[in-house]
Amino acid sequence: MALRIVVCVKYVPGATGDRRFADDLTVDRDDVDGLLSELDEYAVEQALQIAEARDDAEVTVLTVGPEDAEDALRKALSMGADKAVHVEDDDLHGSDVMGTSLVLAKAIEKTGYDLVIAGMASTDGAAGVVPALLAERLGVPQVTLLSEVSVGDGVVRGRRDGDAATEQLEASLPAVVSVTDQSGEARYPSFMGIMAAKKKPVESLDLDDLDIEAEEVGLEGAWTKVDEAAERPARTAGTVVTDEGAGGKELAEFLAGQKFV
Amino acid sequence: MTSTPYLLPPMYDEFRAVARTVAEKELGPRAAEVDERGGFPHDNYATLVAAGLHAPGIPEEYGGDGVDAIAAAIAVEEVARVCASSSTVQTSNKLGVVPLLLAGTAEQRQRYLPEVAAGEALLAYAISEREAGSDVAAMRCRAVADGDDWVLDGVKTWITSAGVARYLIVFAVTDPEAGSRGISAFVVHADDAGISYGEPERKMGLKGSVTREVYFDDCRIPGDRLLGERGKGMRLALGTLDHTRVSVGAQALGIAQGALDAAVDYVRERRQFGRAVAEFQGVQFMLADMATKVESARQMVYAAGARSHARSADLTYFGAAAKCLASDVAMAVTTDAVQLLGGYGYTKDFPVERMMRDAKITQIYEGTNQIQRIVMARQLLRTR
Repeated sequence: MALRIVVCVKYVPGATGDRRFADDLTVDRDDVDGLLSELDEYAVEQALQIAEARDDAEVTVLTVGPEDAEDALRKALSMGADKAVHVEDDDLHGSDVMGTSLVLAKAIEKTGYDLVIAGMASTDGAAGVVPALLAERLGVPQVTLLSEVSVGDGVVRGRRDGDAATEQLEASLPAVVSVTDQSGEARYPSFMGIMAAKKKPVESLDLDDLDIEAEEVGLEGAWTKVDEAAERPARTAGTVVTDEGAGGKELAEFLAGQKFV
Repeated sequence: MTSTPYLLPPMYDEFRAVARTVAEKELGPRAAEVDERGGFPHDNYATLVAAGLHAPGIPEEYGGDGVDAIAAAIAVEEVARVCASSSTVQTSNKLGVVPLLLAGTAEQRQRYLPEVAAGEALLAYAISEREAGSDVAAMRCRAVADGDDWVLDGVKTWITSAGVARYLIVFAVTDPEAGSRGISAFVVHADDAGISYGEPERKMGLKGSVTREVYFDDCRIPGDRLLGERGKGMRLALGTLDHTRVSVGAQALGIAQGALDAAVDYVRERRQFGRAVAEFQGVQFMLADMATKVESARQMVYAAGARSHARSADLTYFGAAAKCLASDVAMAVTTDAVQLLGGYGYTKDFPVERMMRDAKITQIYEGTNQIQRIVMARQLLRTR
């Protein structure tokens, strides 16, 4: 039986760019280059490794995002994913985790799946709850924050490293899992992979295709929104401690005063 | 938005992004060590193979990536930008791949190219001799037919990757009385009996590549190792260089870009007379000239790459011009970069002195820039 893996990926603004809020207090992406979220690269990598270990797997990468988000899909296809689904709709602007998870879940159901793999969080929003929301919406088990994952006999197994204990977990398929940045370095796309990606299909979907009403998503449908944003205050000059006999004490007092120690 | 055919499609940005990531994350941090320890950088070779950057441009039917010569040039450029030594893996392979593509039989291509594409075999190109550098036709290495076999005797000099390469494309005289029409090409295996190597050359730059003499002493190879037609070796050698000069140009371009980037970073940080030296107009003028030279070299290299891909008749001119311009730019820009870094630039604590040493060879190998100018002038003065 074929194994259909769907990997949810996000196109995020580059961390080194000058990130600002737009007038509606959503992230202004105009002047910032975007990329496939690094934390989602781990999810793509795990999907590819699972697929490579068997001969009947198909890896679909899925994103919800603006036109440029196709770059993230292209990268995942260049790494080796088989096909891509891009949900794009102007009404999605400002969606929070509730809206995003709704769209992802509908798109996953439409695509068909046995296993959904997500990263542990996005590198921009960083809520980290989408995998759990997805499992709830899909009505399937969730096994999150895995540092090791494998599939066999209709079951997904994995290891979760906690502070106090290491858990070996498993869930029957279909299921949703998320993987951490400890799950193994993601591969680089090769030139061959980039060439091959050109021939791979990218399916474009909008809200109509998924039977989702505009008011369920976007800023309007969001449960959370940004009320106010202020520029980070300019960095102030540091404190100079001059050693005139009691420098050590003053230094310790400064560190303690700032709760650094 | 309007589009113009003069701008490369976005796919080339993807190629560059991949190559740059690998270069900056893995090759760059080891570049100073590779230069310092000398010899073939097996670690960086493994990195290039893992990333699929060791032999860009091999057709897909032989297991290669099938990219065109511009994408291949970008791969070389990005590797050379951080570690010129490592990019000799690519240029060395290219020198072996091109003759196989130009003159190899279907069996020969299928025999060798998949191994190269998979990173199992490295190729070398053996044409120069002690007394036959620019004057290639003066070579004395002999190949004598003996039954179905050929027997090689002679010495090849300045052979990149000798001793590491699994296969060598060797040019030898088969018909001494026929002059330049008496030279033929062969594929020699590193494990053939009668082949041995000299001590590694002690070079000024590209220290992280290995360059040795190759000795053929009664080296017997089967008849099916003849590459192309007997007597057409010189033509194959020159036809190969038309294509590979695009790679050397890309290598020079990458070195120049690396030096420019290092200089820009430095002058923004370095403070003298109470301000960043980047604020001095004299420094700005130097940077502007360096950047213009680098970009003109890039345009020329890519233009030559397009002609290599299309196998255009004017590739001979463009290949020579691109290699010549880019290597002269590399020498000028790396020299200026050392100047901009001042005393620091002259030390091994900064990368620009290495780049300046590495740049020099690009004006010399695969035809000195004097020879390039002869090639170019010959094309210009041809009866039209």
